[in-house]
Amino acid sequence: MTPTSRTPTSTTASSRRQVLAGAAASAGLIAMPGLLRAQAPSIKLGILQPVTGALAQDGEYGRLGAEIAINEINAAGGVKSMGGAKIQMVFGDARSNPEGGVSEVERMQAEGVAAIVGGFASPICLAASQAASRYDIPYVVDVGVSDQIVNRGLKNTFRLGPGFGTVTAAALDNLAKINEAAGRPAKTVVIVHEDGLFGSGLAKLMQTELPKRGFEILETIAHPTPSRDMSNVALRIRSLNPDLLIPSSYYAEFVLLARTMQQQRIRPKGVYAVLNGAASNFRFVKEFPDAANLVMDCNHWADPRKARTAAVKAEAEKGGRFWLYNTPLNYSCVRLVADAIERAGSADRAKVTEALTNSTFADHIMPYGPTKFVNGQNTGAGPVNTQVQNGDIKVIFPTEFADAKAVFPAA
Amino acid sequence: MLKTDIILAALANGLMSGAVYALIALGLTLVYGVLHIINFAHGATLTAAMFAVFVCHQVLKLDPYLAVFVLTPLFFGLGYAVQRYVINPASHGDDSNILLVTLGLSIIIENALLAGFRSDTRSIDVPYGFSVVEIGGLFLSTPKLIAFAASFAVAGLLGLILLRTDTGKAIRAVAKEKTGAALVGIDVNHVYAVTFGLGAACLAIAACLLMPTYLVNPRSGNAFVLVAFTIVVLGGMGSIAGALAGGLIIGVVESLSGLFLGESLGQIGIFLIFILVLLLRPTGLFGARA
Repeated sequence: MTPTSRTPTSTTASSRRQVLAGAAASAGLIAMPGLLRAQAPSIKLGILQPVTGALAQDGEYGRLGAEIAINEINAAGGVKSMGGAKIQMVFGDARSNPEGGVSEVERMQAEGVAAIVGGFASPICLAASQAASRYDIPYVVDVGVSDQIVNRGLKNTFRLGPGFGTVTAAALDNLAKINEAAGRPAKTVVIVHEDGLFGSGLAKLMQTELPKRGFEILETIAHPTPSRDMSNVALRIRSLNPDLLIPSSYYAEFVLLARTMQQQRIRPKGVYAVLNGAASNFRFVKEFPDAANLVMDCNHWADPRKARTAAVKAEAEKGGRFWLYNTPLNYSCVRLVADAIERAGSADRAKVTEALTNSTFADHIMPYGPTKFVNGQNTGAGPVNTQVQNGDIKVIFPTEFADAKAVFPAA
Repeated sequence: MLKTDIILAALANGLMSGAVYALIALGLTLVYGVLHIINFAHGATLTAAMFAVFVCHQVLKLDPYLAVFVLTPLFFGLGYAVQRYVINPASHGDDSNILLVTLGLSIIIENALLAGFRSDTRSIDVPYGFSVVEIGGLFLSTPKLIAFAASFAVAGLLGLILLRTDTGKAIRAVAKEKTGAALVGIDVNHVYAVTFGLGAACLAIAACLLMPTYLVNPRSGNAFVLVAFTIVVLGGMGSIAGALAGGLIIGVVESLSGLFLGESLGQIGIFLIFILVLLLRPTGLFGARA
């Protein structure tokens, strides 16, 4: 681009003011040729999220995290090893299904992205990372917890967060510890789960693992998504009167259940969710502080000890948005990829993949420590136990960085 | 074996949910009875009405039960205008075109809501949201009881409008024989639009009754539409009494089969009824013989 091409004098209908402004601008550019030379080509980064369809809420908060990270990196001077190259987002809407994810990967390939971040749901991540592997595009999974994602031997696929096996093992161990510490008040359990892949898989695991840890499962109640009414489920819980309720549902259904339970005055000693859609969602906490109070969750969560967490949270909450785990995870994944590009000194896919494989990135805001990928899985990743306490979401486990003690049993 | 108080509670719940289903089905059955088309935009309109209740509550600080008096005329007007100035001109008198136009409208409404409100699931917190009426060990949710009574009142009012007023008589005349109605000087296009407006108004009322206990996101109306279709078929296409009875039956069936078969299988009860009605009594409970 030459400086003169910026001036609007070539257009016939320009006013005198425009001509003057254009002339001034080009004069400025001529005076500072260094600025133009420093304008390195931008690096395209694919951000894949479901922002329409059933998973739209999660996708939107994922995109938000990616946006915050990209803005931050660009404002701090871009990728320095590539002459300050800016990161340019190529956004794709996965439309809440695997086919949508794959077609967006194809488009991102056509646009020449250096890497792709996102996917959210396991089925989308599975399909999209496989499609990306055909073009050797490095793919960083943001959430997708299915263990299959990193067990297929795909060289291009990386996951910063923990997988299903890690999360559930930690969830069960922490539950046993919390119960132990309180003098084992909880013996009986009712499991409520959505009847899709996620909820059913979790329920099946609970059924085999909980009895080993001294809990008796009274009943496992499945419900469809979407559900118009959770009254029946609440009635069953009331008649079974369990010590502990373990729900694995998406946001809307859990909110309905929690509200119905409050209305029907059903108060178990504890509500312990695993990878739940609502129990670590500030919208729920703010809208129904009473129904949400003391609900525990084992889920992804940003590290409250890290200095940048508060800044990202403040940025995310602008404009009435809420703080969900999708935002810090995507923020961290984008930072991870940017770090790999920085170290590779190139947007070349093979070099970025190699840089990711050897990554020891510690500047993320998740509670993991420096990354260490084995077969694409970050081995240091783990979940966090949170509890809603008086309108806030507190970390109650692991104890190293807990900012509150578990309130259990609930009075 | 389940205790009787749980079965009773499930029964009461089914009746209360069923009444709101009936209200949603009323709009659908009315439009079908008069215009002889299925309005595919019904679910999206319900979602829009629920968002309208949400906005009234958040921005204007208007209680959902007071919002009824604002939103019902508003949605009547919107329904009237959409039928008169969008659906009717776009259809060129062909019924299959109307189907496509309403389908297109539903996509536009849903995505406009997605663009305007984002995809978050929202609910409103009203002081009576958690209040219950205790009857013999049953905790009946007050908002649901109100919805139950209001649905009957609306159905009764709609019945009166159709039976007693001139507009109602015109609607019935057009439903029976539109060419004949046009010949005696009834403005058929106006009647079509009024009917559509009434359908939308029913949805506005349903939305106001639902929001104190339910939630809204750009897709939440769809959860009710399939049930409403079943109710219309069960009750008889175009019948108000049928919609009311059908709604209550479906509500109870859904609740009890959910209780006995589990929530996932509970939906089977609804569709079993749907198939049985189509096989054994295709005109529905109150439908006129074809």
